[in-house]
Amino acid sequence: MKEFDYAIRDQLGIHARPAGLLAKLAKGYGDTVITVTKGGNTVKASQLMKLMGMGVKQGDVVTVSAEGPAEEEAIAAAKKFFEENL
Amino acid sequence: MIVLQGKGVSKGVAEGPVCFFRRADAAVKKETASDIESEKARVAAAQEKSVAQLEALADKARAETGEETAVLFETHAMFVEDEDYVEAIMTALEEERCNAEYAVEQAGEQFAAMLAAMDDPYMQGRAADIRDVTRRILNNLMGVAEGGVDSDVPVILAADDLAPSETLQLDKSKILGFITKGGSGSSHTAILARTMGIPAICGLGESLKEEYQGRPVCIDGETGQAVLDPDEPALAAFREKQKKQAEMRELLQTMKGQEDVTLDGREMLVYCNIGSPDDVAAVLANDGRGIGLFRSEFLYLAASDYPGEEEQFQAYKKAAAAMEGRRVVIRTLDIGADKQVEYFGLQKEENPAMGVRAIRICLNRPEVFRTQLRALYRASAYGKVAIMFPMITSVWEVRECKEACRRVMAELDAEGVSYNRETEIGIMIETPASVFVADALAREVDFFSVGTNDLTQYTLACDRQATDLGRFFDPHHPAVLRALKMAADAAHRAGIWIGICGELAADLSLLETFLAMGIDELSVSPSAVLPLRAAIRGSTAGSCTLEKLEC
Repeated sequence: MKEFDYAIRDQLGIHARPAGLLAKLAKGYGDTVITVTKGGNTVKASQLMKLMGMGVKQGDVVTVSAEGPAEEEAIAAAKKFFEENL
Repeated sequence: MIVLQGKGVSKGVAEGPVCFFRRADAAVKKETASDIESEKARVAAAQEKSVAQLEALADKARAETGEETAVLFETHAMFVEDEDYVEAIMTALEEERCNAEYAVEQAGEQFAAMLAAMDDPYMQGRAADIRDVTRRILNNLMGVAEGGVDSDVPVILAADDLAPSETLQLDKSKILGFITKGGSGSSHTAILARTMGIPAICGLGESLKEEYQGRPVCIDGETGQAVLDPDEPALAAFREKQKKQAEMRELLQTMKGQEDVTLDGREMLVYCNIGSPDDVAAVLANDGRGIGLFRSEFLYLAASDYPGEEEQFQAYKKAAAAMEGRRVVIRTLDIGADKQVEYFGLQKEENPAMGVRAIRICLNRPEVFRTQLRALYRASAYGKVAIMFPMITSVWEVRECKEACRRVMAELDAEGVSYNRETEIGIMIETPASVFVADALAREVDFFSVGTNDLTQYTLACDRQATDLGRFFDPHHPAVLRALKMAADAAHRAGIWIGICGELAADLSLLETFLAMGIDELSVSPSAVLPLRAAIRGSTAGSCTLEKLEC
């Protein structure tokens, strides 16, 4: 399993637009599961509504992890995505 | 031939087929399903169709409006396929053994409620997106087309009554007139009809039946009569009246370019009420001298999220520029009461007319207020913009509003953005409280504008939305007229101008009373400008009396 911590910089937190894009990205990795954890609460990055329901705000630190056959690739893509969009 | 009698709320006669406004939100009933597998298959088919529709919308948006809107539709498409959402639908089907519609509605409400309960206003606003998506799936399940006018030819639109957001979405080129079961002279349908200058009859009640769909009808917005399947003599009488009205309109055209002065030389400014920048065309066509009320709600009602500063700025600028230096009074948002917007996440109120509405929302949510004020001040560089605050009851509210204006001006100064420092600031007089403290309020602002619909409602304790208050809801009540006079006297003592922007402004039977009070401006629907001008030009201000005030 690969993971990284990330402090959200986006003013609106993980809002609909990036959540949607992230879900799309996550679905592209099939058997490799990307998850987002905040304060003991973990959801799959593909779970769009639940992800929004976590209410991740600007300044919150989340842990992003990837597990599965393509975890190296997936975690790199996720890291790039967070840095560019959140 | 069937004659229906209602209340005429917008003048004119029209003839055309009846067409019922189809509301997309047909009610969902819970039913017991015998075959759960076939219900699951129905859900899957409706989902697939919804995703295809949303992807088509995304493509269209990408080509026409840009990436931002396109991504919104793509996100909606992902909501449709969201695994937790789908699971919730399937669980409801299994556990409740119910129909697909009910399961979808339950699941949608569950997720919408989750977002609505969050403490972040942005996320609360996303509940509206979930409801939108859920509605789309339901429409596909039930085979309902989206709300609107389903006809190729122009029609007489029939409905229970129309919500503000619904009136915004109508294809107005297809509507000859309105007939509604409920509503009143101050309902949104009536206001829209008067703005468009087409006839409307409301309060037809249950006599207006769905089975009349497609049948020919003649409507007379003056008498309040709708004649279904008219016979030859009735049709001939209608057409004769239609011809007479056309002649009258031509005669009124001679009023264009004439000044709004009485025979003894008193000027009364005739301005217009509009609901969107698109209505400016009607103002210019009817030769309105300015805009006395630009309702900014359309920006909020038509959106699924808070409209941004740039979007608002463009709308205000468009109206201000088109009026070429003539006054454009823009009212800050008047949400709440009968105008509800989901993304504001307002609490359900027992009595919303007396709840957190209009300026109260603005003062409680400085960010929302600031965005609108910035857009308004930026637009002030392009025409003669005046800013008006609704639902004022206290002097401190006005001072807070002015403070917010000063902060916005300081920001724009710092950013080097141009605006008009002398932009007029005014308030609506629509509560009895504002009348009682009018002297103190008048010292704070540049003008008053009386909203007679709300002033009547609050003065007489009569809900303006209620259809059964009839003779109790009387805008001619001496109490309402005396309140008007008190406000006018206070305005003139402080040396500021006072106008009327409520429905009463166009009431020609009160023109004398208004002249006697010294009202400076009347703001009416564009179609009422020329008849009002003709009446003003035939009046003598010096001989007008206050007898209607009964004092």
